[in-house]
Amino acid sequence: MSLVSRFSPVAVATACVLVVPLAALDGEPGLHDPSTVIVENGKYYVYGTGGGLPISISDDGWTWRRAGSVMQALAGGKPGPEVIARGGNNTWAPDLMRIGGQYFLYYSAPGTQPKSAIGLLVGKTLNPESPDYRWEDAGPVVWSDGVEDSNAIDPGVFRDPTNGRLWLTYGSYFGYIRLVELNPTTGKRLYPERQPVNIAINSEASIMIFRDGWYYLLVTHGSCCQGANSSYNIRMGRAKKVTGPFLDNMGIDMRQGGGKLFLGSGGRLVGAGHFGLLDLGDGVQKFSCHFEADLDRGGASVLEIRPLLWRDGWPVAGENVKAGIYAIESARTGTALELAVQGIPVGGPRGRGGRGGAAAPGAAPPPPPAPIPPQEASQVSANWPAGAVAARMAAYMVQAQQQWAIRPVANAGGYPGSPFFKITIAGTDRTLAATEDRELIVLPAFTGAPEQLWRIDQLADGSYRLMPKAVPNSPEGLALSAVGSSMPTVARFNPDSDRQRWNIRTP
Amino acid sequence: MKRSGPGLVPVLLIAALSPAASVFSSRPAERQDTPAAARPPAPSLARPTSAAKATNADGFIRRWLLLEPIRVPGQLTESAVRTAVEQDFPVTAAPLPHDGQTLTVGDSQLTWHAVDTVNYNVNLYHFAYALNQPTSNVLFWAVTVVNAPRQMSGVRLAIGSNAASVWWVNDREATALYNDRQTVIDDGVSKRLTLNQGANVIRAAIVNAGGATDFCARFLDEQDRPITMLSATVTAR
Repeated sequence: MSLVSRFSPVAVATACVLVVPLAALDGEPGLHDPSTVIVENGKYYVYGTGGGLPISISDDGWTWRRAGSVMQALAGGKPGPEVIARGGNNTWAPDLMRIGGQYFLYYSAPGTQPKSAIGLLVGKTLNPESPDYRWEDAGPVVWSDGVEDSNAIDPGVFRDPTNGRLWLTYGSYFGYIRLVELNPTTGKRLYPERQPVNIAINSEASIMIFRDGWYYLLVTHGSCCQGANSSYNIRMGRAKKVTGPFLDNMGIDMRQGGGKLFLGSGGRLVGAGHFGLLDLGDGVQKFSCHFEADLDRGGASVLEIRPLLWRDGWPVAGENVKAGIYAIESARTGTALELAVQGIPVGGPRGRGGRGGAAAPGAAPPPPPAPIPPQEASQVSANWPAGAVAARMAAYMVQAQQQWAIRPVANAGGYPGSPFFKITIAGTDRTLAATEDRELIVLPAFTGAPEQLWRIDQLADGSYRLMPKAVPNSPEGLALSAVGSSMPTVARFNPDSDRQRWNIRTP
Repeated sequence: MKRSGPGLVPVLLIAALSPAASVFSSRPAERQDTPAAARPPAPSLARPTSAAKATNADGFIRRWLLLEPIRVPGQLTESAVRTAVEQDFPVTAAPLPHDGQTLTVGDSQLTWHAVDTVNYNVNLYHFAYALNQPTSNVLFWAVTVVNAPRQMSGVRLAIGSNAASVWWVNDREATALYNDRQTVIDDGVSKRLTLNQGANVIRAAIVNAGGATDFCARFLDEQDRPITMLSATVTAR
C-alpha cells in the first residue's frame, strides 16, 4: 500500500467498503494487505489492514468469514506504547509465522509516514475460541525515523529452510526494502546493532521464498487503494544469497528498480499485491494476494488464492480451474479419461479425407470439403448404457464420451482458492465418482455425494491433481490416478510421479 | 469347437488327435497334413522344459498355452470383439486345456501349444507364422495358471496387446482393450483383485486384424510395482 494513496479519500472509501459483508459463495473475502495464510488444525487464518488488524477465518480455504481483530486479544487493545512511540497507532499489513510452539505476528504501525514501526505480537494459537488464545505485545522490531531512506511498514517474515535462520523484510516506497535477521526464539532482531541490508527499492509488500537454491524476493509495485484505478502488481527477483543481490529476469538489480512481473490485473480483478506462500505439502503450493478491485463485487478489495507454478526457475501465477468443457489427459500416458462406451468417429465412419490434389486439366476444381461439426453426446449416446458405466482412458479422438464438463457446485464447500466441482460428460448428467473399492465409475446422475465432488489443484508444472472430496470407507485423501494407459483409479497422491498428474485441456 | 449363433450354447469338442505340428525348432514337425512348406521355428518361443516358469524381473508371465488361431472377421470395435469372443469360446465354462489337446472350430482342428517366451511379450505372429497359420483376421486364445505363494489382495492384472483383447482372472473378466493398437506395457489394467494362494487361471482372447500381433501380461501390487514372486504352469501332454 503506497504512502500517498493511504491518505487519499479513495483509500478511506475503500476501507469502508471492506467492512461491508459480501454476499458471495465464498463468504466474506473482503481484505486488504493480507498476511501469509496460516493453517492451524485444519482452519485457515489470514490477517489484513484495518482497525486492530482484522481476522479472516475459513474452514476450507474457500469460504471465509470475518472474526474480529487481533488487537481485541491484546491487553490495551492497541499497539504497545513503544511501538506507538516509534511509529504510530495505525495497524496495517501484518505477516506471521509459527516458530516452535508460538506465533510471531509482525504488523505495521505507521504514524506520519515515513515515520513508522513494525511491532511484534506473540501468541500460542490463532483460534479465537481457544482458552489459550491471546496476543502479547513484544514491542517494536524495526522502525524508520521519518528521515532515513526507509518506511518501516509491510513486514514479510522468512525462515531459511537451508539453515533455519529467520529474516524480516520490510519497507514501502520511501527508499529501500530492507532485510534484518531475527532471533527465532524471541522474534526480535538478532543483531540490532547492525545496519539493515537494502535489497530492493520503489516497492512494498516484500516477502521472500526459497526453492532449489534460489532466494526469491517478491514485492509489489504500482499504486494501491484506488479501486479499479490501482496499478498494483507483484514483481520479483532472485539471488543465491539471502542478502541478495536480487536480480530480475533481465539481470536488473531490484535495488535499481528491477522486477520480473509475477501477477498484475486480469479478468475481473484489478491490482494484485501482497504475495504470500501457502505450501500445502505434497508439492502443492498456492499463493495468496489481494486484488485492489473485484469488479464482480462492486470494486471491493478481496483476498485471492491461486496455484503457484514454477517454470524455468521462476514462480508463475497459476489459474484456478474455471467452469468449462475439457479433455482430461493423463500426464503419465497421454491418454484421455472417457466414459467406457464404444466411440464413434466424429462425423461418422468415413474414409480418409481429401488430400488437396490438383484438379484434372480443364476440369473445374472440386468444391472445398464441408466442415464436420463437433460431436455432441446427444448425437451418439443412443446406445450408451443407461446406468453406471466404467471410466477408462483411451487415445483422445475429440469424441463426445471424452469431453467433460467441469462445473463448480454451489454450497458444497471447497479448498484453498476454489469450490468443489462436479465432472460430467458434456451434455449429460453422467457424473464421475469414486467408489468404495477405490475405483472410478461414471454414475447416471449427479447427486452431490462427496465422492462426486472434486478438488482440482494445479501443480507446480501446470498439470492438475484431481481428488474426490471423500472416498467411501477410505480415511485418506485419494487422487485420480493412471495405473496404465487405459485404467484410471484413485490412489494416494505421489508428488514425484506422473501417475496422478492430469492435463486439463480445451477439447 | 463349432461356432454358435447368438443365444446358443457353444459346443466344445476336444479330441485326442494325432500329435500336432510343432512351433519349436527342437521338435520336428509332427503334423503331416500341413499344406505349406515347413517354416522356420518361432524365434521368440521355446518349448517348456521345466515344471514351472518364474516371471521375469519385470513380472511378466512367460509360460502360456496358445491355441492355434481362429479365423474371425478381424473387426476390432468393442461390439465386434465381444461378438467374436462370445461366439468362439465359452471361456468361463471351459476346463483347462493341456498341451497338444485339439479341438474343432468350424471345419478346422486346432491345437493347444505350451510355450515359454524368451521376451517379456508373447509374439503371436511368430507363433502362427511358424505353424503356417494365418496371422491376420484371427482370434488367439491364451491360457496359463499363475501360482501365488500366498493370497494377494489389491493386485491388478496389467496387460498389453496387439490388437484388441479380453482377459479373465479365475473366470472373472478383468480387463479388455479394443480397437487397433500396439502392445504397450500396462496398457490395460484391471481393477484391484485378489489372487488365491496357489493356482490362478488366466485366460485371454486376442483379436488381430492385420500385421504384427502379440501380448504381454503381469500383475502389479498396490503401489503399481510388478509382482515377481509368481510362476506360471500349464498342463503338459
